Amino acid sequence: MTDKQSMHIDPYEKNWIRLSIGLLVVFATAVTVAGFAFGFQVPTPEDRVDPRTVATEGPWADPGLRELVPGKKYEAYILAQTWAFLPNEITVPVGAEVTFYVTSKDVQHGFKLQDTNINMQIVPGQVSKLTVTFDEPGVHNFICTEYCGAAHAIMFGTLTVE
Amino acid sequence: MLANYEVSQAEKKFIGWHLLFAVIAVAIGSLFGPLQALEHAGLDLYPYLQPLFASYYQGLTLHGVLNALVFTTFFITGFLTLTTIYGLKRPLRYPKLNAVGFWMMVVGLVVTAIPTLLDQASVLYTFYPPMKAHWSFYLGLTLVVVGSWIEGWGFYFTYYAWRKENPGVRTPLTTFGGLITMVMWQFATLGVATEILTMLLPWSLGLIEGTDPQLARTYFWFTGHPLVYFWLLPAYVSWYGMLPKQAGGKLFSDSLARFAFWLFLLLSVPLGFHHQYVDPGVPAGWKFLHAVLTYSVFLPSMLTAFTVIASLEYAGRKRGGKGLLGWIRALPWADPVVSAQLLAGILFFFGGIGGITNASYNVNLVVHNTAWVPGHFHLTVASAVTLSFMGISYWLVPYLTGKKLGVSNKVANIQVWTWFVGMVIFSNAMHVVGLLGAPRRTPLGLAPYIPEEWSGHLLRVGIGGTIMFVGMYMYVYIVAKTAWAKNYEPVEIEVPLADSIHDPQETPDWLDKWVPWLIGTVALLLIAYGPQLFDQISNIALNAPGGKVW
Ligand code: HEM
Ligand SMILES: [Cu+2]
Repeated sequence: MTDKQSMHIDPYEKNWIRLSIGLLVVFATAVTVAGFAFGFQVPTPEDRVDPRTVATEGPWADPGLRELVPGKKYEAYILAQTWAFLPNEITVPVGAEVTFYVTSKDVQHGFKLQDTNINMQIVPGQVSKLTVTFDEPGVHNFICTEYCGAAHAIMFGTLTVE
Repeated sequence: MLANYEVSQAEKKFIGWHLLFAVIAVAIGSLFGPLQALEHAGLDLYPYLQPLFASYYQGLTLHGVLNALVFTTFFITGFLTLTTIYGLKRPLRYPKLNAVGFWMMVVGLVVTAIPTLLDQASVLYTFYPPMKAHWSFYLGLTLVVVGSWIEGWGFYFTYYAWRKENPGVRTPLTTFGGLITMVMWQFATLGVATEILTMLLPWSLGLIEGTDPQLARTYFWFTGHPLVYFWLLPAYVSWYGMLPKQAGGKLFSDSLARFAFWLFLLLSVPLGFHHQYVDPGVPAGWKFLHAVLTYSVFLPSMLTAFTVIASLEYAGRKRGGKGLLGWIRALPWADPVVSAQLLAGILFFFGGIGGITNASYNVNLVVHNTAWVPGHFHLTVASAVTLSFMGISYWLVPYLTGKKLGVSNKVANIQVWTWFVGMVIFSNAMHVVGLLGAPRRTPLGLAPYIPEEWSGHLLRVGIGGTIMFVGMYMYVYIVAKTAWAKNYEPVEIEVPLADSIHDPQETPDWLDKWVPWLIGTVALLLIAYGPQLFDQISNIALNAPGGKVW
């Protein structure tokens, strides 16, 4: 390298780079804090199932709501298939903490519970799991958010909190 | 450098073929855009398309494949052929090799188009298994990708020959950016190549019974994210290497431009899990790592913003612009080549902000698979990239054909602004309705769960989409009118290569050396993807047979 060669970095640009790195650190910190301190969760490997038999063997052979602690703790086993969720109506009491276990017996689907942070890709062979607590009464639709064939648009269910 | 090398008629023709296929692809692909948008607004025109087109999803597959995959790939390989030979001032080392690559892409396009037009491949441009297309769909896509690789190899051979003839000379910036684009693309497409060759092709041919849909998604997004940089980097080549000149100035910093390109090579690929934040089969820790790596791409993006804006300010001030923002008005807005790229940049600013949102490990839960996402990428691929390519076409087509642009600058400018205005309306409405919870990839007019409060936004989707459609067809018209003009004014266009304020020869050596950067890229890939790929592949379960569900 000759003496003449150097990175010409304008003073403005130096400040800009500092600002960019600063912003980067702020974003990364915000995400880290939100993810780890406030307990926001994304799905993480839970279990593998065989999509060919999942509808006839195991918990999704009998999908639905399980009461673990009355009024407090629930599990919802939901089977996605073209083009419906089984079950497509769920009712829980106010204050219930519900853990969703969703899988598919055919193609990919989506599971988005409106007005909550529940949003999962449903992949055949995998179990998507997230937990949410319902503090207010109301009705939430859970809709299929991944293209799953001709009648994808009609695929949804309702969860009632009362 | 060959003395007095001029791009020959044959070479211009070869590049022109690329553009021809690109424009035909985007013209057909865009037919479905307004149909989708109007469907959202409550006007369902699909029944009138029977029996030519079977469904919303056949249309959406064509829209995604033709616009996002075919238009882009053909335009990019054509444009980068020019930046390679024009920049290096020498012909392709093996023109036949590039011709083979190009015609392989054409064959691939035809092989993909047949099952798609017959409604045997309505699986959208992401073709997630176990939704099963006819095998020819996967085969055709493979040929397109391999064809683009071969064209890339042709560029490398050309570069290598030039390097031997010109030791120590800085690679011209536009050539350099083009080469990085192709190298990045070849790393990136290893994912989808593996997906198709080891899983989708054997499965669709009946050789294996099922697929592993989670592993397929991991392969796909290994390619799917850097795909967006494959689209974007050629636009950056123009923004860095040409726009400063077109605007009447110079490139502000040659070395930082190169540094940004290297960072894009390094960082474009190892972050695909940010498309899989809500996937069940990827551990949260790896998602988090890719989130952080995604933020690091923020750095070369910010470098680009600075350098491009500083170059434009330099141009604006040279043209007599005064005051803090007066230079913006002083830019040559009347030139559609410039206005298209400026507006592309403005839309990209908003696309970038949305991108940071999407990339947020947890905020993504709100927007994943909602209409927000197409709202976002119509600002990026369909604006930053497409609008830039439109602007580039307005000098490139006259350059290749020797014919003056078939319409006045004023008309071409109206085209550019039409796209811009339509896009502002459309993408804003898509973002809003997505935040309210509307899913993407859904004919919302048929969905039983649409609340009344979405309808105003959906109407704006329809209006904006229709305006965009007008803008797109004005573009197609202008290009066709220019290319096929019988009575035309001959022109000699100069390829607009910008000078740099500093002599590129002063740019440090390490910014023009491939080996260390390539090693770094491979190393980062191994770190970011190696363990998860190993884990997912060793636990592969090909047990999802799937089928045709449309
Ligand atoms: C002509 C004007 C255009 C209009 C009105 C339009 C409209 C739309 C709409 C409404 C959707 C969402 C469909 C859904 O999620 O159900 C969509 C999807 C999409 N558009 Fe466009 N678009 C246009 C041009 C373009 C261009 C130029 C590109 C790329 C170069 C593009 C790339 C895409 C892609 C990749 C998708 C996603 C497809 C999928 O989800 O599989 N569009 N477009
Ligand atoms: Cu579904």
